[in-house]
Amino acid sequence: MKKFLSILLAVCLLALCLAGCGASSSGSQAAGGSSAAAGGDATGAGIPADQIKVGVIHIGDPADGSGYSYAHDQGIVGMQQALGLSDDQIIRKNNVADDDAAAIQTALEELVEAGCNIIFATSWGYMDYCEAMAEEYPDIIFSHGTGSKSNGTNFNNYFGRIYQARYLSGVAAGLNTKSNKIGYVAAWGTENGEVTSGCDAFAMGVYSVNPDAEVYVKTTNSWYDPEGEKAAAQALIDLGCDVIGQHCDTPNPQLAAEEAGVYGVGYNSDMAKDAPGAVLTSVVWNWSAYYTTAVQNVIDGTWVAGEKVDNYYGGLAEGFVDITDLSDLCAEGTAEAVEEARAKILSGEWDVFDGEIEGNDGQMHTSEYYLDVNWYFKNVVVK
Amino acid sequence: MSQTKLHSEPLLRVVKRAERPAGQAAALRAVAVVLSIVAGGVFLLALGQNPLAVYGTMLSGAFRSAMAIQGTVRYAIPLCISALAVTLAFKMKFWNIGGEGQLIMGAVFASYFALYHANLPHVVLLVIMALAGALGGGLWALIPAVCKVRWGTNETLFTLMLNYIALYIVQYLRDGPWRDPESAGFSKVARFDKNVALDKLFGVHIGWVIALVLTVVIWVYLRRTKQGYEIAVVGESQDTARYAGIPVRRVVLRTMFLSGAVAGLCGMVQVAGQDMTLSIGVAGGVGFTAIIVAWLCQLHPGMIALVSLCFGVMEKGSGVVQSDLGLSADCADVLQGVILFFILASEFFVRYAFVARKKGGAR
Repeated sequence: MKKFLSILLAVCLLALCLAGCGASSSGSQAAGGSSAAAGGDATGAGIPADQIKVGVIHIGDPADGSGYSYAHDQGIVGMQQALGLSDDQIIRKNNVADDDAAAIQTALEELVEAGCNIIFATSWGYMDYCEAMAEEYPDIIFSHGTGSKSNGTNFNNYFGRIYQARYLSGVAAGLNTKSNKIGYVAAWGTENGEVTSGCDAFAMGVYSVNPDAEVYVKTTNSWYDPEGEKAAAQALIDLGCDVIGQHCDTPNPQLAAEEAGVYGVGYNSDMAKDAPGAVLTSVVWNWSAYYTTAVQNVIDGTWVAGEKVDNYYGGLAEGFVDITDLSDLCAEGTAEAVEEARAKILSGEWDVFDGEIEGNDGQMHTSEYYLDVNWYFKNVVVK
Repeated sequence: MSQTKLHSEPLLRVVKRAERPAGQAAALRAVAVVLSIVAGGVFLLALGQNPLAVYGTMLSGAFRSAMAIQGTVRYAIPLCISALAVTLAFKMKFWNIGGEGQLIMGAVFASYFALYHANLPHVVLLVIMALAGALGGGLWALIPAVCKVRWGTNETLFTLMLNYIALYIVQYLRDGPWRDPESAGFSKVARFDKNVALDKLFGVHIGWVIALVLTVVIWVYLRRTKQGYEIAVVGESQDTARYAGIPVRRVVLRTMFLSGAVAGLCGMVQVAGQDMTLSIGVAGGVGFTAIIVAWLCQLHPGMIALVSLCFGVMEKGSGVVQSDLGLSADCADVLQGVILFFILASEFFVRYAFVARKKGGAR
């Protein structure tokens, strides 16, 4: 009987303290709010360039010298140079795993504490934490990359029309295949709009110059899977593909292409560095285009925390996405065809997902928003 | 003149010594802390950093503002509760290395109600979640306990392996049945409704109050109750316990359930107080660090609360060291490792002594 009593006592104690805290929660808000005041006085007009503080959260370490966090940090460095900010105006939090809630929250709070006016969170997994923090600290702009949420006042989303660059790379691929089979290593299947819209744009670029070619897609179900990406590329080459495109993190598909003596199209960084014997061109991001624009907006008072922040979906026109210079491997006439397509997109009269488009299911599709694309273009074959 | 000895005695022998006086043991540990700070300083110097600046930044990073202190406390909460959890089992000399898994299962059980019954009244929901968390952790701990009692399985390996199974269960739920339908193409569990959030007191979720209450409750339980006494006797000698008429099996099962339940409650505190979702980082190694904390404190609940806070300071402070001084996060880990090494090594000197060979050889 005694032991039941002791357990009961413990449970009651617990229930009591849970109940007790319900009443006191309103008081704690004030405590949180006062420390936020130190975070910057972003009300009113802009913030002078020599006073602005910029925070960044990286999932990896920019010191790695390549890859995702490096690319973002190069963008930050580009912004810093363009706007003439000093080193101590930029505060970085590195190696913040995007599934470690405590680490993410602490990193965000430390940037708030350090007085940052705008905080760039570069990985998708930070999204919900940014949303919650934005509510708690309305005086600070939380700018979240590659996500889907925003609040219009101090929490925005930035991402790019990478599909425009992929379309151009598809043109290059379509003109350089001899087997009329082009492989594409995709991180995810149709459930992921980012990957699927990119794949479709690539396939449409191929189709625009080579209607007979087919695009064979293989998914790895991971953003980062060195072995799986290589195996997928190899399988596609074995199926007769002689150009290998990709939407995944490592250069392994390009290395497999080079080994097999076929062509490839890289992604994220200039993969001609990794596989000079295979890469026709690479689809790349220029993050500094956004970071510079965003910080400039805060300096100018175009974006004011608590009042207005816009989402950003830059494309070719903003210089936010592009392809690298075509390599010497490309067939004659490739450069002209790519330039023609680029001019068409830059003219603003046409974009890749305009109008009704036929999918490989025989249906016609229209797309309001490219990240919602969940169908494959008609020349795509899932392998 | 020299004699050849067949069995020469080593120059130094290690012998287990009788208990040192408390003051002496405390002094030894203090020396270890000082030495660890010095050794860490040498490491920092080798990296070209000013050790004083690094230590200073670490302390100020942990305490520089109300917000920093809140962050420090948030790190200490799960460590304290899980260390208390494994202490219950360790007192019985049942090597529960499964605090991590029990924490995770507690988080899973609690998350079910957070996801699917978020519209219950706030306090009712939290009490249900706390009970579910305790039940989840307790049942998870009961599995190795039952096997140990029935078939004499090795509890160290068993509890260790269950940690990974628990982690895979979370992964399965995240990728499958509990996947957030609104998260296109990415696997994650949805963020909980605001109604689920553990209330805050002084800017930190109420988990710190739970940790302090548990500290007192477990201290009383171990030192002042019949059950606590039974645990101690079973830990010292099962035969003695049996001779004294203590139902050993029942004590083992009950204590392991309680140990797991406390860890499971910690899982509930983490998902509702800190994470507001269920992720594979929910425990993040806390269940393992808790073992170190528990032993460092000689299984003393009060000390556990204190030392957990020190770990919180290190964890929080080193984050600021990384961003302020550009020291990579890995260096901060090395520094923590150095400090831990010295403190754990001091335990060796507390319990053992070196005896020099007497002149003239062995007697």
